[in-house]
Amino acid sequence: MMKGLVRQLLRAPLPRRYGTARVTKAAPRTMDAVTIVDTPNHEWHWTMLMEQSLDGDCAAYGRLLSALTPALRRTVKSRANAAGLEAEDVVQEVLLALHLKRNTWVRGTPVAPWVAAIARNKIVDAWRRRGRRIEVSLDSVADTLGHEEEHSDGASHDIERGLATLTERQRDVLLAVSLQGFTAQEAALRLRMSEVSVRVTLHRALKSLATLFRKGPHED
Amino acid sequence: MKTESLIRALAADAARPVVALGPLMLAALGAGAAGSLDLFAGLLQPRPDFAASLHAFDFWTKHTVVILLAGSATVALRAVIRPLPRPPALRWLWLAPLLLAAGVLGELFTEPASAWGSLLVGHAALHCLGLIPLLSAPPALCLMLALRHAAPARPGLAGAVAGLAAGGFGACLYALSCREDSPLFVAAWYSLAVGAVTSVCYFAGRRWLRW
Repeated sequence: MMKGLVRQLLRAPLPRRYGTARVTKAAPRTMDAVTIVDTPNHEWHWTMLMEQSLDGDCAAYGRLLSALTPALRRTVKSRANAAGLEAEDVVQEVLLALHLKRNTWVRGTPVAPWVAAIARNKIVDAWRRRGRRIEVSLDSVADTLGHEEEHSDGASHDIERGLATLTERQRDVLLAVSLQGFTAQEAALRLRMSEVSVRVTLHRALKSLATLFRKGPHED
Repeated sequence: MKTESLIRALAADAARPVVALGPLMLAALGAGAAGSLDLFAGLLQPRPDFAASLHAFDFWTKHTVVILLAGSATVALRAVIRPLPRPPALRWLWLAPLLLAAGVLGELFTEPASAWGSLLVGHAALHCLGLIPLLSAPPALCLMLALRHAAPARPGLAGAVAGLAAGGFGACLYALSCREDSPLFVAAWYSLAVGAVTSVCYFAGRRWLRW
């Protein structure tokens, strides 16, 4: 009873026109393939984090992505395995897509259905790519088998492959920020670049990784 | 690469301001409209009998149809540019074709069958077929460029709706200079021209709006 009330109160500030009812109404038809399950409380929390992220709060954004990832992993796993894909590759592809397309989220709306829609799109993409991959290369299959253990701890090699196609500078910046965990400012110092150009280079690197994902790693 | 490493990179990139989709689409519409108006001013002028035709029923039907088309397609754009589709907004797209169909039926009842042929062909069919796509090109181009920042659930559909909006706008402008008011003419040639723009944008959408 109390919990329900709290939930009601938490939900109240949502703008009327973006009420959840409207989103869930369309859900059964459009989202049959993918659902990100979460309680209304989570949903509100995610919405808040997403608002902060769009206002440029990197820490809130990192927390949001980390919170979304387990849910994404659960959603993607069975479908990716059925398609003979590495689940973690697809998870990373979804994360990249929702990062680059975060401007398509409508402020104040629940985050989960939006993430599910993006995940669904990317899983379909991955399916299509797999159709190509099968006839393209045996090596990639062997590759996949060989890396199986690495994948169980949340790593993927699609991005590793993508790294090879970036310019040296893009790769340096991306690795400094991701693997070594430097902030843009620290990376700028180490790489002797301006902070602005670190940010620009990082953004371009992420964009070209996403393009590469979309086209499929084996397509030229 | 580990997923947490990727998340660190994404978080570092989040300081970059995002392109707000709504204002971007409005800007694209504005720029496209300005381009079309420019073309119109350079190539065409309002029909000489503009003032005289203000009392004609068909004149109003024609203009209402094209304005409805451009308006409903522009509103429908909102529903198709995001990953979560909101299909109900597409239903207004039926308004313009329905009104046009009513106009055609009305004409078929009031005009003798012998006149249908000349009403249908009119005097400016080719003119119309060439100029509507030309006038639609600036908004179509601007909208497609803006849509690259969107994430449509169905890229083809998003392209088609953008094409319909652009085609509708081109038709609105062209209608100002077009002396043919017969609903039969509008149904045949305007539809063909707008349909061509829409299908080009549909295929362009499938090709370039995937994300």
